[in-house]
Amino acid sequence: MLIALWEVAFRLGLLNPVFLPSPSRILAAAHQLLVTGELFRNIADSLQRIAIANLVAICTAVPLGFFMGLYRPFEEMMDGIVNLIRPIPPLAWIPLAILWFGLGEKSVIFITLISAFFAILLNTIAGVRSVDKSLVRAALSLGATRRVLITKVVLPATLPSLFTGFRIALGVSWMSIVAAELIASSSGLGFMINYYRELLRSDLILVGMLSIGIIGFAMDRGLQWLERRLLPWRVALVL
Amino acid sequence: MGTKVDIANVSKTYGDEDDGDFVLALDNVSMAVQEGEFVSLLGPSGCGKSTLLYIVAGFEQPTRGRVDVSGRPVSGPGADRGMVFQDYALFPWMTVVDNVAFGLKLRGLAARQCQEIAREHIALVGLAGFENRFPHQLSGGMRQRCALARSVANNPEVLLMDEPLAAIDALTRNTLQEEILKVCDARAGRPRKSVIYVTHSIDEAVFLSDRIVVMTPRPGRILEVIPVPFERPRNDATRLAPEFQQLTGHIWGTIKSYVRPREGALS
Repeated sequence: MLIALWEVAFRLGLLNPVFLPSPSRILAAAHQLLVTGELFRNIADSLQRIAIANLVAICTAVPLGFFMGLYRPFEEMMDGIVNLIRPIPPLAWIPLAILWFGLGEKSVIFITLISAFFAILLNTIAGVRSVDKSLVRAALSLGATRRVLITKVVLPATLPSLFTGFRIALGVSWMSIVAAELIASSSGLGFMINYYRELLRSDLILVGMLSIGIIGFAMDRGLQWLERRLLPWRVALVL
Repeated sequence: MGTKVDIANVSKTYGDEDDGDFVLALDNVSMAVQEGEFVSLLGPSGCGKSTLLYIVAGFEQPTRGRVDVSGRPVSGPGADRGMVFQDYALFPWMTVVDNVAFGLKLRGLAARQCQEIAREHIALVGLAGFENRFPHQLSGGMRQRCALARSVANNPEVLLMDEPLAAIDALTRNTLQEEILKVCDARAGRPRKSVIYVTHSIDEAVFLSDRIVVMTPRPGRILEVIPVPFERPRNDATRLAPEFQQLTGHIWGTIKSYVRPREGALS
């Protein structure tokens, strides 16, 4: 309905196609980008960066979050540093990243990594802290040692929070990667959007934006599905 | 019959003596539980009954005094003292059988033996057929049956129960009281369990116990120790006996004046 109105408004000359192109123009633009393979190439580049950044973030933030959640003294030591760095927007890191890594792949991954890292870290700490005290006590009364307690009780009890962390991390990854690619890259969806801005091709810009929306949505739904498959007992905590 | 649990001059305080929120939760409490005895701690909110139970369990340290279980001083939680909690505390990511086998595996038993003992206890609490369900697929009563099986399967020296039926509906509660007695009873190769049972229900305490320790709040003290003479096995006829009514009436009479509405009470 909305799309039909939009198309009609455009046909009547009410909208300037440079600012907002008609749906049919966007479709045509999408077709063009698909046929040349340009869209897929850029999507693949962005996805690859997001995958690397999130893998590194998971491998570093999850263990760090566990240590911070489990050992108070370590947490108090790290807390100041973490909370000092955390409010700095990933975008503010771009100039420094370019100085350190130069324009290109590494800088973009670094910026994406920073935003994903904190999302995962904070959710891991929160997850470890919120493990039900009764579960810990029950395990100890059944003879659990500290090692068993961490691997068999705290770790599984933290999994739902970890999943939440991954989902948030993926979301913020898209936000920062587009910004990073606008400035520091010559490929990826962010670069593509900026490239067509210079050519005043709002239809192609919108195709890029919609692609991000669709992929981000699909990835989030995929993770939700995976969570339901892997943690069917999670409903117990939601109720 | 030897002494299973010896609680000697236990006091527990929270906060500093000269502080505004200083609480004397337990004031010089001494009592003992004999082998195979079922003892209830009964009292209104804030009488320190759960605190005392947690000290025996090793979750909390007494400020003064000591607790011995089978002659050994308690220094922390351990498998010799099985716990049953009000909120079940089942591991939500494990099936019924895995929950019940948790402690058995930690004792290093072979996988087949774990399964065997776990299934035997699941059947004992009437959950046969639900071995592979997850806790969230069970009703509250069934969850508590599972938690009971988990504690008893581990064959602890003492069973500690913290208001296990407080969140269960009244009809299921009566059935579960009988189940608890059945599970704690002597079985092939296992003597009758020694139990410390925390409750604020007079009926429940009378139905289950060999002895009832009545406690009063602020500071937590033992008011009276009441032996319960009724024969075992106990059943619906026990509840209907005039002696039962008499005893509950007597306990209510002693406890009544201590039950007052109070905000932020510790239980």
